[in-house]
Amino acid sequence: MPNTNSNSYTFAYAGVLTLIVAIALAAAATGLKPIQQQAIDLDKKRSILNAVTSLTDKQQILKDYAEKVTEVVIDQQGNAVEGVKAFDLVLKKEYKKSDAERRLPLYIYNAPEGKKYIVPMHGAGLWDEIWGYIALDQDLNTIKGASFDHKGETPGLGAEITTPKFQGQFEGKKLAEGDQFKLTVLKGIHADTKSNVYAVDGISGATITGNGVNAMIEKSFTSYSNYFQKVKSGAANNTPPPPQQENGIKTPEEQKTEGK
Amino acid sequence: MSQATETSPVIQEQNKEAWFSPKNRKLISDPLTDNNPITIQILGLCSALAVTTQVKPAIIMAIGVTIVTAFSNLIIAIIRNTIPTRIRMIVQLVIVAALVALVDQVLRAVVYDVSKQLSVFVGLIITNCIVMGRLEAFAMGNKPWPSFLDGIGNGLGYGAILVILAVLRELFGSGTLIGYQIVPQAVYDMGYVNNGVMVTPASAMFLIAIIIWIQRSRNPKLVDIS
Repeated sequence: MPNTNSNSYTFAYAGVLTLIVAIALAAAATGLKPIQQQAIDLDKKRSILNAVTSLTDKQQILKDYAEKVTEVVIDQQGNAVEGVKAFDLVLKKEYKKSDAERRLPLYIYNAPEGKKYIVPMHGAGLWDEIWGYIALDQDLNTIKGASFDHKGETPGLGAEITTPKFQGQFEGKKLAEGDQFKLTVLKGIHADTKSNVYAVDGISGATITGNGVNAMIEKSFTSYSNYFQKVKSGAANNTPPPPQQENGIKTPEEQKTEGK
Repeated sequence: MSQATETSPVIQEQNKEAWFSPKNRKLISDPLTDNNPITIQILGLCSALAVTTQVKPAIIMAIGVTIVTAFSNLIIAIIRNTIPTRIRMIVQLVIVAALVALVDQVLRAVVYDVSKQLSVFVGLIITNCIVMGRLEAFAMGNKPWPSFLDGIGNGLGYGAILVILAVLRELFGSGTLIGYQIVPQAVYDMGYVNNGVMVTPASAMFLIAIIIWIQRSRNPKLVDIS
């Protein structure tokens, strides 16, 4: 054993150790990169689909996504944008751009009972980013389902926005009355939220995260409203034809009769 | 000193015979009780306050720490005689950090949703005092196998306290366990409310203090008279 206290040994030891660790970590990171990217893509597809369904099986998610989801990219004025893949857009970056440059992804889920519009969302919670997807029925006002996720909200408090208990409340609620955005995530739990289509219970102790969710939904509503107006007026024929061609927009009364 | 014992054939013989000799078993059982890293060694308190709001992250954190303490102990014990004394802390830190980064990468590839949930916590394992504490106190002076067991034992001892804290905090703070509602709605209707203090880190401080108190009053040998 050489003198482990000599300067040259110490330097050599540090150098060799750093090299070994660096090579090991670089190899692991590069080797695992494709698998990680796959996992991230799958997770994104799952989140998109989770706004309307609750699939967990990997193959089923990939199959359903490929068969039933149509990706659309629009701009703030509601016109379709060609040449960009909706799945590759990073919403966070798009919201930082000016209104004219912004391109917004939209996912249309072609269910047997009609189209569902899945709107991606991005906003700020208490500590860090929050994001999610909200699925709208054909009237583009009634919420079919919602899924949220977060980067660093407090476990047990703000992080509860990812639970089915919180997300389930959004089903059947309405975004707006006329053109006025009205949906509110309340502070804490209230008795009358079940009967009020414009209100959702918040999470006790996570009011700021709740407000963040609320602001995020409103931001999406204002960003996509031009497109929604065009769809409602029948002007947006820019979506590629789905398996079954839908003609016109159903009245809200017809919507209500549709089961899940 | 340790080099001398390593070359002694008698001891090697004994080691080969008994992987789980009473002495080695004690390395695992001791940290669970009389040498618990949290309540006796008072190490790793910061993460014990941070991740015990709910049971699930507490369990996963416990598993993560156990893996990291076990394998960092093992690696350091293997190379302990080659480490230059002046940079031994840095060497330990590099090994621990590399292991944690590796665990994080693997989690991200294999169980992406779990790793998403744990993102911050996994990185925090590096700063867990138990890992460095065990390296300094045990792995630097013992053979690889006992060191490995010591790492597992301390990880489990840490995990046990974490789970106890998390069960109490989730039950009284949110009325649930691992996400399932335990306290029935009827009880809430009668006027019961969740204890808001329990979801804050401060409650873990009180709970740990109570656990220490109970443990020491049951076993007076643990009382520090100095």
